[in-house]
Amino acid sequence: MTDLTLTMKYRPNQRVDMSPITCDKLAGLELAEIAAIELQNGKRKIRVDDLFSLTGSDVCNIHIENSFAKLDYIGHGLEGGNIRVTGDVGAYLAMEMRSGQITVSGNTGIYAACQMKNGLLQVIGNVGDFLGGALSGNKKGLQGGTVIIRGNAGDRVGDHMRRGMVMIEGDAGDYCGSRMTAGTIAVMGKTGRNIGYGMRRGTLLLWQQPKIPATFGDCGTHTFSFLPMVFDAISKFDSKFSDSSKHFNRVHRYGGDMAEIGQGEILVQVDSA
Amino acid sequence: MIINGVMIDHTFAEAFPMKATRVIITAQTEQWAFNAAKSMTGFATSVIGCGCEADIECFLKPSETPDGRPGVSAMLFTMGAKSLVKQLETRAGQSVLTSPTSALFSGIDGGIRIPLGKNLRYFGDGFQTSKVINDNRYWRIPVMDGEFLVEETTGQVNAIGGGNLLILAESEADALEACEKAVLEMRKVANIILPFPGGVVRSGSKVGSKYPALTASTNDAFCPTLKGITKSELSPEIESVMEIVIDGLTEADIKKAMKVGIETFCSIGAYNGVKRISAGNYGGKLGPYHFHLQEIMND
Repeated sequence: MTDLTLTMKYRPNQRVDMSPITCDKLAGLELAEIAAIELQNGKRKIRVDDLFSLTGSDVCNIHIENSFAKLDYIGHGLEGGNIRVTGDVGAYLAMEMRSGQITVSGNTGIYAACQMKNGLLQVIGNVGDFLGGALSGNKKGLQGGTVIIRGNAGDRVGDHMRRGMVMIEGDAGDYCGSRMTAGTIAVMGKTGRNIGYGMRRGTLLLWQQPKIPATFGDCGTHTFSFLPMVFDAISKFDSKFSDSSKHFNRVHRYGGDMAEIGQGEILVQVDSA
Repeated sequence: MIINGVMIDHTFAEAFPMKATRVIITAQTEQWAFNAAKSMTGFATSVIGCGCEADIECFLKPSETPDGRPGVSAMLFTMGAKSLVKQLETRAGQSVLTSPTSALFSGIDGGIRIPLGKNLRYFGDGFQTSKVINDNRYWRIPVMDGEFLVEETTGQVNAIGGGNLLILAESEADALEACEKAVLEMRKVANIILPFPGGVVRSGSKVGSKYPALTASTNDAFCPTLKGITKSELSPEIESVMEIVIDGLTEADIKKAMKVGIETFCSIGAYNGVKRISAGNYGGKLGPYHFHLQEIMND
């Protein structure tokens, strides 16, 4: 059985809601039934086979080819299975995903991994704002699982994040870890202004010194035995984070945000040399 | 059965069900992991008076521990689940939390999960934080030397306590030397502990006493100084008897340890004072697990 492959025929002007195309929702459907599914496209609906040519039949492994930045809600609420995307994707990638794996070869729009509950999301390119965040008005962003970004991330990474692990190989924008309740965000590159803004709990693990906000307290330099365990846990993923030469257990700790309950922390790698 | 001049009695060790857990203690050095583990498993020879039976199981290399530091594996056994939870928490709190550079992890999966750091975390007075790593929650409790890392729960499994061997020797020195050698070999067996000091007991007990307040008293049938005045199990040449008690996770583990012990005693031989090997039992009335010495050697 070969992967169910959806190859995009053309790029519509309006955005497309891809939420009906997940492994669990397609389970048990024949190819003709999948082709007949209607996707919201702007204010109208279009059939899947109008937009994509379909091959293969394994709905547990979906491959979307020639994707572009107006395909929203890919992997929405995914419960098991594997979605592989070649190209860019739109907003709300892996929103409320519960399990399974999504890999995107290009860039994503805003709200990737929004309110995601579990599973693995990997993006080879860059991601927009609110990675792992919560929708406006909601209080729970990323609630579990692992997010790996090979490129850069926009502003507000992990806004209201509650649990889980976000790893960014590149840079992160402003307000990284804002209003974070728990979990871990690791950033190898640079971070923007107002890091940890309104952070309640959780860990921001950084390879480069950020500009520390005034509402974070300097707790000094420490060696933590939990860090090797964190690195060991993430070493199984295909990313720079599995490179042991980039691992450390000695960090400078900043506690905050003291304007909130102050139980969060920014841990910055200390060069042991 | 006689091996190398050592008579193996046609009898059995009687053991009973217990609840057990295993924890892994790590520290900056093996010595400090040992210090914490020794304290945690201290005063834990017998459930009769200590509330639990505990001992260090083995030392662990950094590559074998969760945080990559030197470690020690320790096991605790109790008669019931509630007492295991209480003993574990008290001992972890007083002996491991307090020990410099230590960290404490679950050493066993399966069974049901019982608190390890789940309540200890409140020592952090609100400054404690948790981290979920590989689906396990760990608590980071700020302490004066830095941070105490402790896994939230550990596993509680059904286990067996009270496996035992009695060695009957021509002299106290012969008995002790043989026991030391046997303990050394038996401790290489996984999933067992020998909870008494140095792994050896010199005061084996029988059930009951002439004094109503006591539930156990000296095993007079095996006391060499009482040979002439009680219903003794000892022949004239026996001058000293010592016991090795074994708690283990499974019957197979205890059998394996007992076999290693018997083989060691037999290899020392009758020429070196080891005359007989026996075992303690209560006529089969106390525990459902019967470890027949001769059957173990024939397996």
